[in-house]
Amino acid sequence: MSGPRPGTDWTADEMMTVAAARQLRDGTACFVGIGLPSTAANLARVTHAPNLVLVYESGCLGAKPDRLPLSIGDGVLADTADAVVSVPEVFNYWLQPGRIDVGFLGAAQLDRYGNLNTTVVGDYATPAVRLPGAGGAPEIAASCGEVVVIVRQNRRTFTERVDFVTSVGYGTGAGDRERLGLRGGGPRLVITDLGVLEPDPVSCELTLTRLHPGVTREQARAATGWDLAVAEPLTTNDPPTAHELAVLRALEATRHGTSADRPQAPGPTV
Amino acid sequence: MAKLVPLADAVAELVHDGDVVALEGFTHLIPFAAGHEIIRQRRRELTLARMTPDVIYDQLIGAGCARRLVFSWGGNPGVGSLHRFRDAVQHAWPGPLELEEHSHAGMANRYVAGASGLPFAVLRGYTGTDLPRHTANIRPVDCPFTGETLTAVAALRPDVTVVHAQRADRAGNVQLWGITGVQKEAVLAAHRSLVTVEEIVAELTPVPGQVVLPGWAVTAVAEVPGGAHPSYAQGYSVRDNDFYRAWDAVSRDRDTFRAWLDRHVHRAGAAA
Repeated sequence: MSGPRPGTDWTADEMMTVAAARQLRDGTACFVGIGLPSTAANLARVTHAPNLVLVYESGCLGAKPDRLPLSIGDGVLADTADAVVSVPEVFNYWLQPGRIDVGFLGAAQLDRYGNLNTTVVGDYATPAVRLPGAGGAPEIAASCGEVVVIVRQNRRTFTERVDFVTSVGYGTGAGDRERLGLRGGGPRLVITDLGVLEPDPVSCELTLTRLHPGVTREQARAATGWDLAVAEPLTTNDPPTAHELAVLRALEATRHGTSADRPQAPGPTV
Repeated sequence: MAKLVPLADAVAELVHDGDVVALEGFTHLIPFAAGHEIIRQRRRELTLARMTPDVIYDQLIGAGCARRLVFSWGGNPGVGSLHRFRDAVQHAWPGPLELEEHSHAGMANRYVAGASGLPFAVLRGYTGTDLPRHTANIRPVDCPFTGETLTAVAALRPDVTVVHAQRADRAGNVQLWGITGVQKEAVLAAHRSLVTVEEIVAELTPVPGQVVLPGWAVTAVAEVPGGAHPSYAQGYSVRDNDFYRAWDAVSRDRDTFRAWLDRHVHRAGAAA
């Protein structure tokens, strides 16, 4: 987590989370992963989108947590959900037929067509870094109406080629999703700590369309491992409002206080 | 009819070296105490299956119980990496670990096929990803009605599935609620099953959203209060998020991990 931007009272991560939250439309159903996606979705629900439907892969449909969960299976998600269904059901009945409007994903690597890697860095058999793996992401990327990716922008993450295709964005380019038979729309937005990328309407290549306040196009291009296309005109996002920041910080504070009421139990001390 | 037995006896009888073992639980109701008993009884060469191998699988892998891992997401939820899992994959410590990996949708459907007595399940999944290159258990299949190409995944039939639940009655009927994950499918897919429970009661009072596993579909039930800690049992405990955070530092170093294992598992003795 970086400190506040010079001349501002908010951090790059806060700007990224606020920018992502603003993209969620009230009344839509959103498949949420833990971490930044969950924070952004809950921020949206508390600010402009009170009827946003949060779907967690643990089977919690319509969860309305009053504090940020640490995992996708915290009790607060089940306690506040409209329905709690089994894991086969959440994937087979809810995600697969296209009932979820927006899928919210992160990634360790991303390429110019929005293909995502969360499996390994390096060779599969002898990886430099073994990552957690696919989880729900391949089918979220395939079947949601659209995908929003939240990821910090740097050359290690924004790579010319991903080392492993865990989840398909636009594959090798225009028309590839249709050829593969993927029914969802694919990545509509990639929101980073520097700005926003969107697919070119013809080529599907990710193009820088917006910067966060105080960021230059040169910074964004330098943080990208391919020759990043830039839209004209390139616009600038509004900074976080005082209300957005206050709500976000109040939410973040709840994540650190969740275990005060836990029963006494042996901790992992040595 | 499920037998009511002490945990140590159940593990001794039902979990054998070389077995395919699934300890399921989707963040909620993870059978930690049973996993610790498997470590204490020094089972070896296990194929561990689970959608979300988290801290208990990190412990089993670091303790040298596993030869192979079949999974879809291996991490410490909300915290980061599983360091014992990574050490096994990247440095073969304490031994090499073969991987077979899937997506959540694929793993869930593999259990559904196993529970259904079918050789495979069908889904829209994996298409265009690199996952099918690395396992023979993901194959394209043509729909006989529409001709559309879909994805088939092979059934997963563990030798033994272990889950934790809130309670059981004296006939071994098991009741669980809250986030029920894939536990029902994993139990019904397995050749043998062990359920640890928070308590054994005279009568099971209905609870909204419950899953009931009839006693005649379960091999053994062991009463292990707190047997899901640091995971939780809705209605009995809350998730010990501090433990999951603290595990990151404990598991990062081999010696620290071994000291923890010795103190909290080997010398702790069976909970029941």
